[in-house]
Amino acid sequence: MPVITYRDALNQALREEMHNDDRVFLMGEEVGLYNGAYKVSKGLLEEFGEMRVVDTPITELGFAGVGVGAAMVGLRPVIEFMTWNFALLALDQVVNAAAKMLYMSGGQYPMPIVFRGPNGAALQLSAQHSQAWESWLAHIPGLKVVSPGTPYDAKGLLKSAIRDGNPVVFLEGEMLYNTKGEVPEEPYLIPLGKADLKREGNDCSIITSGKMVLVAMSAADQLAKEGIHVDVVDLRTIRPMDTEAIFASVRRTNRAVVLEEGWEVCGIGAQVVDYIQRDCFDDLDAPVIRVHQADVPMPYAKAIEKAAKPDVPKTIAAVKKVMYLEA
Amino acid sequence: MAPKKKPDTNGNAALHKELLHHMLLQRRFEEKVAEAYALGKIGGFCHLYIGQEAVSTGIIPLLREDDYVITTYRDHGQAIVRGVPPRNVMAELFGRVDGCSKGKGGSMHMFDRNVNFLGGHGIVGGHVPVATGVGFAIKYRGGDQVIVCFMGEAAVNNGAFHESLNMAGLWKLPVVYVIENNKYGMGTAESRASSTMEMYKRGDTYSMANAVVDGQDVFAVREAATAAIARARATGEATLLEVRTYRFVGHSMSDAVSGTYRSKAELEEYMKRDPINLLKATMTAAGELDDAALQAMEQEIAAVVQDAWDFADASPEPPLEALYEDVLVETTAG
Repeated sequence: MPVITYRDALNQALREEMHNDDRVFLMGEEVGLYNGAYKVSKGLLEEFGEMRVVDTPITELGFAGVGVGAAMVGLRPVIEFMTWNFALLALDQVVNAAAKMLYMSGGQYPMPIVFRGPNGAALQLSAQHSQAWESWLAHIPGLKVVSPGTPYDAKGLLKSAIRDGNPVVFLEGEMLYNTKGEVPEEPYLIPLGKADLKREGNDCSIITSGKMVLVAMSAADQLAKEGIHVDVVDLRTIRPMDTEAIFASVRRTNRAVVLEEGWEVCGIGAQVVDYIQRDCFDDLDAPVIRVHQADVPMPYAKAIEKAAKPDVPKTIAAVKKVMYLEA
Repeated sequence: MAPKKKPDTNGNAALHKELLHHMLLQRRFEEKVAEAYALGKIGGFCHLYIGQEAVSTGIIPLLREDDYVITTYRDHGQAIVRGVPPRNVMAELFGRVDGCSKGKGGSMHMFDRNVNFLGGHGIVGGHVPVATGVGFAIKYRGGDQVIVCFMGEAAVNNGAFHESLNMAGLWKLPVVYVIENNKYGMGTAESRASSTMEMYKRGDTYSMANAVVDGQDVFAVREAATAAIARARATGEATLLEVRTYRFVGHSMSDAVSGTYRSKAELEEYMKRDPINLLKATMTAAGELDDAALQAMEQEIAAVVQDAWDFADASPEPPLEALYEDVLVETTAG
């Protein structure tokens, strides 16, 4: 099976879906002539032309709304935000327009649109460019929120997101674009709303998604060397969340760590913990622990930036804590 | 006061009657809405269009069936002129299942796919990018349709307006942006909110054709809209039309008609130029309308409005299971 980057997996998904369906177009800053700020759209302008690969002014609110209008009358826009940090300017369109159009029109106007782009911190980009928005977006009924952690998942999930009849927020990882993994040549889809058990072990569940999947897998490797074997539950889709996959894992391991990239307060982890306490209260041998970003804006300087981010040592420490192996 | 521009009324009696009918229907419908609101049959925010009827009437009937209309939360009049049945508009206001949005939208969110009425939208300026996207889709498909986007004058100070018109100018999109300048963004006069009183000139910034027109004169509105729609259809290019009008009622049902932000005297002055009376005067002068004809039209409209009320009143409330419907569409993909 070919081994390709996360970036190329997304590129393949876009190319295949644009071939499959001429209603699909890509719009955003630098997606065309520049081949994408992160080269996800490389070659697409040449292949599909400027009506279907549309460079926009730096005008997030405006072009997100252009996508909403186009979706309203039957096209299937893929709106790229250069990063989700910039998408804050477009939130009115994502939240007030895309997420609510079907409901407030009494079911008359479905909104088949994908909003995608890198989410979360890279390296030393400091406060305004290093934010993970999962919990903000997953808060909104009417949106689906997807956060793939591997090239295989990125391709299969993006294809499904483009085919979905609903607004899908697709959160990529800037630090993931260069990561590699096996991606089959033949077409495939991964259903939205289905988690994936990335690794199996009976001692503890690590529940996570997106870029943090890599952190969890690395922590799991190191823990295994100490004889501690963990489940890594990759949610893949944050909304709707595959609670059955979480429950199945926790009922087997009786312990859970929830690992997320964003901040603690009202984070995704808080929701996961709530699901667990409601359905798995009697299965738990220890309180669930969360690993997340420090409750501060992201700093620039290397050492304190590292200290702010959730990472492998913090995850290992959390697993040991729920196993009562360390204070 | 007669309209500034003497229209060519020769042979247009039927058209004039149609325009008068559109305006009177909106007026009487909304008077009934105010009554229902007072009785508690309608809740929430409810923004009436009374005084501005020549704007919807001067523009929407010029459109083809496959064109599109999108507007703000002050949307009842435009919905009716576009062809959303008054029954379904009233039922929506009453929050009933037979409402044009199944009772889920209310006053501010009238939608009707059957007539390409893309909604009333509740965030000032928020629907302007959406309209621009519809224009993009028309161009994408190589069609010759047009979208008309109504907005209040307060929206032009909003970033969404600027971003949208810039793209429509840059990409040449078939959108007719209509600023319904009723002089007040809620209670803030345009002079206290805008750096220029000539809203239409903002079109120059976006290399976009633009014009200003008397919004109480349905003929003037119609003439300007005809040119804008023809331009969009023929060349795919947008127009910014400023239509100067006046709201004879409060910003919403819960607001005072006059008070700290505008005087009763000002209101009365503007009410002398009621668009309905102006049209009636023109028609009467041309011998196209007499008391009997007007009476007949009023009676017919009163019956339509009463029927809308009765229909809405008899329509059931949405069942509880509707609460969770229409959040997402079922999708087979993936």
